[in-house]
Amino acid sequence: MNSHSVVRVVTKLLMPFIFIYALYVQFHGDFGPGGGFQAGVIFASGFVLYTLVFGLENARRVAPAWLTRTALGLGVLIFAGTGIASMIYGGLYLDYSALAHDPHHGQHLGILIVELGVGITVAAAMISLFLVFAGQDKDD
Amino acid sequence: MIFSHIPVLQVIVPLVAAPLCVIFPFRKFCWTVALAATLTSLWIALTLLITVYAHGPITYELGGWAAPWGIGYRIDILSAYMTVLVSLISSVILVFSPRSIGAEISNARAHLFYTLYLLNLTGLLGIAVTGDAFNLFVFLEISSLSSYALIAMGQDRRALTAAFQYLIMGTIGATFYIIAVGLMYAMTGTLNIADLAQRLPEVMETRTILVALAFLIVGIGLKIALFPFHGWLPNAYTYAPSVVSAFLAATATKVAVYILLRILFSVFGPDAVAAMPIAQPLMILALFAMTIGSAVAIFQDDAKRLLAYSSIAQIGYIILGISFLSVTGLTGGILHLFNHALMKSALFLSLGAVFYRIGSVQISDMAGLGRRMPWTMAAFVVGGMSLVGTPLTVGFISKWYLIRAALESGWWPIAVLVLASSLLAMIYIWRVVEIAYFRGHPEAGADIKEAPLSMLVPIWFLTGANIYFGINTGDTITAARAAATMLLGGPQ
Repeated sequence: MNSHSVVRVVTKLLMPFIFIYALYVQFHGDFGPGGGFQAGVIFASGFVLYTLVFGLENARRVAPAWLTRTALGLGVLIFAGTGIASMIYGGLYLDYSALAHDPHHGQHLGILIVELGVGITVAAAMISLFLVFAGQDKDD
Repeated sequence: MIFSHIPVLQVIVPLVAAPLCVIFPFRKFCWTVALAATLTSLWIALTLLITVYAHGPITYELGGWAAPWGIGYRIDILSAYMTVLVSLISSVILVFSPRSIGAEISNARAHLFYTLYLLNLTGLLGIAVTGDAFNLFVFLEISSLSSYALIAMGQDRRALTAAFQYLIMGTIGATFYIIAVGLMYAMTGTLNIADLAQRLPEVMETRTILVALAFLIVGIGLKIALFPFHGWLPNAYTYAPSVVSAFLAATATKVAVYILLRILFSVFGPDAVAAMPIAQPLMILALFAMTIGSAVAIFQDDAKRLLAYSSIAQIGYIILGISFLSVTGLTGGILHLFNHALMKSALFLSLGAVFYRIGSVQISDMAGLGRRMPWTMAAFVVGGMSLVGTPLTVGFISKWYLIRAALESGWWPIAVLVLASSLLAMIYIWRVVEIAYFRGHPEAGADIKEAPLSMLVPIWFLTGANIYFGINTGDTITAARAAATMLLGGPQ
């Protein structure tokens, strides 16, 4: 793809908007349609576009194996950790109302953090699936 | 304070430990984390069993949402019994695992083994504690997907096709389960097991519910590997790494049987089950499984495959006990869940030790091992005797109950068949014993050493349990009988 300068320029132009849109879907998910899963897939699709145009080697420099692996686990930990936090604050597991003084705020905060965890894991899973299949190289 | 959370901690502890092993991929660290998590699970499971036995079922509402709307965990005596079984076996196997994993799984993948193992444990424990039919499906998928990957980690390239075969069959099973749950939801508008039990009687006669029941039995039958749905099992157990074979044989199919018990007796209820033609077909399939599984096992050359076919036969015993629909029969079936887990894990682990030393589990390669690895082979013999049903081992106790149940119902030919298939078990265990003890040149394989202590201790712990629970039968029978009475007492 190195010779197609139009593709390269358009990709570079599009990528920030794809990532911003992913973040919008992520953090506006509790008011409109969206949420962690969709946001994670959109975020990963920006990354897939980058890999298609600029090659696997560059992509692996941006997202090395250790990074995608850590992100995969981190998202799950954030989700489970939110539940444990609500237990520590005196509620039942995943009872977000316990997270803040006002139960309403607590629910809001809880869903935001949990969805962030989902987003991180889904994005990392999509990216590593794509890179492993494209590379067929090492174990991740 | 922490005490009120133990139902959910049962699932959370291994769930949190699993991603830690992905983030910090160091073999020793992962093993320590995994062992700490499984031992904590075991402690929680024992606490649950004692609490439930003394004070009755425990419930827990996730997120503070009340039960029919939110996901509720509900632990009764049978759930607690299953969590003890699963977490006990998984702890012992983890103690055994480091050397076996070192020999059979590459260093780069060892941390993934522990991650998948913990996820599988999460799924199996989750199935046991949840009180929600859809949540059960989610946990079923967690445990199934991780077990496909665990099987694919085997050294032999045929492990990949075995895992793929299991993936297809297991997915069909899980799909059938979820179709049935969807049909029941359409008719009753609820997913909670206790709520379903209340609302189902009104619509029990409808064709939708009958179809749902058919889907459930076939779907769960695939996960149990009940004859004739057992096709995936021999390859999966043969080509998986040794510890994975031991873990899956001892826990995964047992938990699938638990799902069957839950659906039949807690959702549909014993009266509805007795009124519908379920027990007789199950009994016929169980008898086929017992005889054909044992007969095919006799002709195997690979000791792991031999044990796999024997598992199919032993699952037949468990289903046979359930199909009597009597307290004695169910007690026998539930007892055999635990007892078979003890024998099969001891047998598969001793084969794991054999593989660690001689790099093969072909029966013909085991000549003279009785002299070279006396402790390992002695454990295999005791496990085998338990499988046959020799007195003073756990196998005797469960078969005793099954035969009693058959005679109580007046079906003496079934009692004869149970004894006959035990004789078949004697033949296939004897084939291994004969070659290990009476074949081979006395000097041959002089360089083969006994398995290391880190393997012998877990093997003999399980072998000892086979004898201990065969002599001191009080605890297991009390728990199994309490579970059987509860199931037949109707939905609570």
